[in-house]
Amino acid sequence: MLKNTEPTPEALRDDHIYREWGLSDAEYELISKKVLGRLPNYTEAGLFSGMWSEHCSYKNSKPVLKKFWTQGDQVVAGPGEGAGIIDIGDGQAVVFKAESHNHPSAIEPYEGAATGVGGIIRDIFSMGAKPIALLDSLRFGELTDESTKYLVSQVVAGIGGYGNCIGIPTIGGDTAFDASYQKNPLVNAMCVGILNQADIQKGQATGVGNSVIYVGAKTGRDGISGASFASAEFNDAKAAQRSAVQVGDPFMEKLLMDACLEVIHDHRESLVGIQDMGAAGLVSSSAEMASKAGSGLELNLDLVPQRESGMTPFELMLSESQERMLLCVREGAEKEIYAVFEKYGLDAATIGHVTTGHQYRLWHRGKLVADVPVDALASDAPVYQREKKVPERLAQQSKAQFMPVVTDVTTTLKQLLQQPTVASKRSLYRTYDSQVQTNTVVQPGSDAGVVRIRQTDKALAMTTDVNGRYLFLNPRVGGEMAVAEAARNIVASGGVPLGITDCLNFGNPENPEQFYELDESAQGISRACKLFNAPVISGNVSLNNESNGQPIYPTPMIGMVGLIKHQRDITTQDFKQPGDAVYVLGDTHADFNGSELQKMLTGRISGTLFDFDLAVEKQNQDLLLDAIQAGLVASAHDAAEGGLIVAIAESCFGNNLGVSLTSDLRSVDFFAETQSRFVVSVSQANRIAFENQMQSRATYLGEVTAADRLYVQTADQAFDVPVSAAKQLWEEALPCLLK
Amino acid sequence: MKFAVPAFPGSNCDYDMVNALRDILNVPADLVSAQATNLEGYDAVVLPGGFSYGDYLRSGAIARFSPVMAAVKDFAATGKPVLGICNGFQILTEAGLLPGTLQANRSAQFICQTSELIIRNPSTMFTTAYGNQTKISLPIAHGEGNYYCDAHTLAELRTHHQIVFEYVDNPNGSVANIAGIMNRQGNVLGMMPHPERAVETILGSTAGLGIFQSLLSHQREGVHA
Repeated sequence: MLKNTEPTPEALRDDHIYREWGLSDAEYELISKKVLGRLPNYTEAGLFSGMWSEHCSYKNSKPVLKKFWTQGDQVVAGPGEGAGIIDIGDGQAVVFKAESHNHPSAIEPYEGAATGVGGIIRDIFSMGAKPIALLDSLRFGELTDESTKYLVSQVVAGIGGYGNCIGIPTIGGDTAFDASYQKNPLVNAMCVGILNQADIQKGQATGVGNSVIYVGAKTGRDGISGASFASAEFNDAKAAQRSAVQVGDPFMEKLLMDACLEVIHDHRESLVGIQDMGAAGLVSSSAEMASKAGSGLELNLDLVPQRESGMTPFELMLSESQERMLLCVREGAEKEIYAVFEKYGLDAATIGHVTTGHQYRLWHRGKLVADVPVDALASDAPVYQREKKVPERLAQQSKAQFMPVVTDVTTTLKQLLQQPTVASKRSLYRTYDSQVQTNTVVQPGSDAGVVRIRQTDKALAMTTDVNGRYLFLNPRVGGEMAVAEAARNIVASGGVPLGITDCLNFGNPENPEQFYELDESAQGISRACKLFNAPVISGNVSLNNESNGQPIYPTPMIGMVGLIKHQRDITTQDFKQPGDAVYVLGDTHADFNGSELQKMLTGRISGTLFDFDLAVEKQNQDLLLDAIQAGLVASAHDAAEGGLIVAIAESCFGNNLGVSLTSDLRSVDFFAETQSRFVVSVSQANRIAFENQMQSRATYLGEVTAADRLYVQTADQAFDVPVSAAKQLWEEALPCLLK
Repeated sequence: MKFAVPAFPGSNCDYDMVNALRDILNVPADLVSAQATNLEGYDAVVLPGGFSYGDYLRSGAIARFSPVMAAVKDFAATGKPVLGICNGFQILTEAGLLPGTLQANRSAQFICQTSELIIRNPSTMFTTAYGNQTKISLPIAHGEGNYYCDAHTLAELRTHHQIVFEYVDNPNGSVANIAGIMNRQGNVLGMMPHPERAVETILGSTAGLGIFQSLLSHQREGVHA
């Protein structure tokens, strides 16, 4: 028999036990005085702690998220469901979302990263979509200590371990390194799927008497209160909380994915709703499904498939065991659904029913163990309007731009190519299967990953971007830049931006300076999204990213998907053949604050962020896209970290080609990180047409050559280095640092 | 010529293979359940890549016990072609249809890249279409592709020209740079590289077509003989 060792409601109140789960005294008061009109028991308080965590309720970020632009004719479903949906024509739609798994990855990097991937995949197939691609946006500390190296290798292994096994190609992402992420790495995973619009599913439990069916892995004691854990501030004491991290099984998830998609496609009449059991596990999925539908719900916890004996209602409801889904199925159709899951060797069990009214009732061993209003759990969490204050560092920022002094630019270029943020990430992404499903046209390493859509002439480009340094210097403009860079990567690949998802990785919202960063950046993101007609359709918030009192750089990861209308428009960054003309599209200014060069030369970034004009950005992107669609462009590459010279070098590396270029710019300006620029190559036959189309925005620099030489004569010095030597430094830097 | 592609729970290149055969090579191909017990009516079997049964215990170790593998053994005994790719190769060694074993890569990491291969035996039923071409580049994607066999087995493989593909730059530590081997009869080929990922220009390469084209012409000649 289970011994009842749970604290009484009175003890819960008197000993403030709820505080351990992240509930504040005020929230506890609200539950007992207003919501219930009585003291919650242990299980009920647990349910609220999960559902009212930031991860599930967005209680701190809701006022910020409201500022996002979520419109656009192409939007089929915006934020609110498991993932957002965008129309791509022909009755098809693309579904995508990103999610953070920062804190779990900090303490158990392999499983933390793996289950981050597993969770976001479930969000996509629960919408009825077939997952077609994964991306990962990673931030780590400097590669100077063993623990960071361990984090990198294990996070990367976890991502690969899950994605490779389940058979979804990992085709893109971004990785950067800065001291602010030293003990709080960012692990953001994005999944993209496609569906026929007729198959769109909703996470709803409607129809009194309909069955709630649990499918997939059994419930164990792993990841209990993971949502609360992930929402809390992170410190060394937390690092001991390994039990809050889940363990993933990609084989199980593949079976679950295939079975769920079969139910969605072939048993449409029987399926009412479907939702992933993610953060806050069974309570979150079931309460949200009922609340969205305006239904009540009753569950008998004795029927939940269990991996361990003697699990309490609290544990059953808050476990975050992976690879589980919740289905609402029409009364009488249960056996038909069981049969599908049985074929895949998976558990399926009816654990409850949709009820009249709006109560959420849980039964365990014949006792009613929870009886709360379902909306109170799912949608009535308190919303906090946090205080906002300009951070001291911004108030005191120097207005002057950093003036780098570079005596030997070729040497500086070589050093820059070896900075971990600039260096090739091939040693990381080559451990990911980027080709399974045989649709990958552009593999990792170019501006965006590209997958074609079978039976059509279309393709999808996708990318993740954000430069936390820019946001650290100016959260609002940095937010605009993050979206702009993502759009540049889509456009350089031949695509039209469709929409974005995000992971808002920030510090403590109760600290006004850190809340300022969140709020400002959201406004920057929203403004840019509107301009690029790329609405926010889904996303995730990860707050309290700080270790031992130090917040991370504000890092709102932008995941963008674009539509390439014709596969002939697919463009990569690599120079294609000797003799092609090389241009830079967009103007270059002496913009160095927040740059890779400033970081490398001074060890830190500082000063006012340089100017950025979204209108110019849009004009340049439109010019490039028109030229690509007119068939005039051989290669296009966004100039980002490290500036123009790094973009030129990277364009040489893919096909081992050289360049011979001349420019009026100062050599040092080749390291400037002015936005809105592309390095473009054009065949000689297309030069005139290209120049006519560019008006005066593109500057001719010279030609691609067959020689093993990157040569750029500037107004003062010349960059002159064998391409093979530069490439070797760039490719070997990261493996060397990770040793 | 009709192909069977057995799909094990956890196979993830099964559809890629069927799509390559049907859409690009225009030959009939069926996904076959791991529970299937006979392969009558098929002219060739391709065991696809992936992580059959999660690759628990050891890659291919559980798949070898599935009912379809008994049928594959019978099928192979008739002399008809059996091709195992990646996890399919691992299953063939576990099932005893090919000698040796596939261990974790020397780097202990999964590797996804294009690898250059030497066609060591150009006159097999899987390689004739390559003609005088001595090298091809194919995608690889595996964590356990490090082929191992003892010295005696290696000598046998060499004597009987069973080594079909070798890596130019051995990426995984395989004995004698082995990327693919066949049985002594020459009708069972196991290879780590993925020819089904290299059948369309838009995906970067058509170098894998030759393997399937070789089988098709082998079949045509067989019918006429």
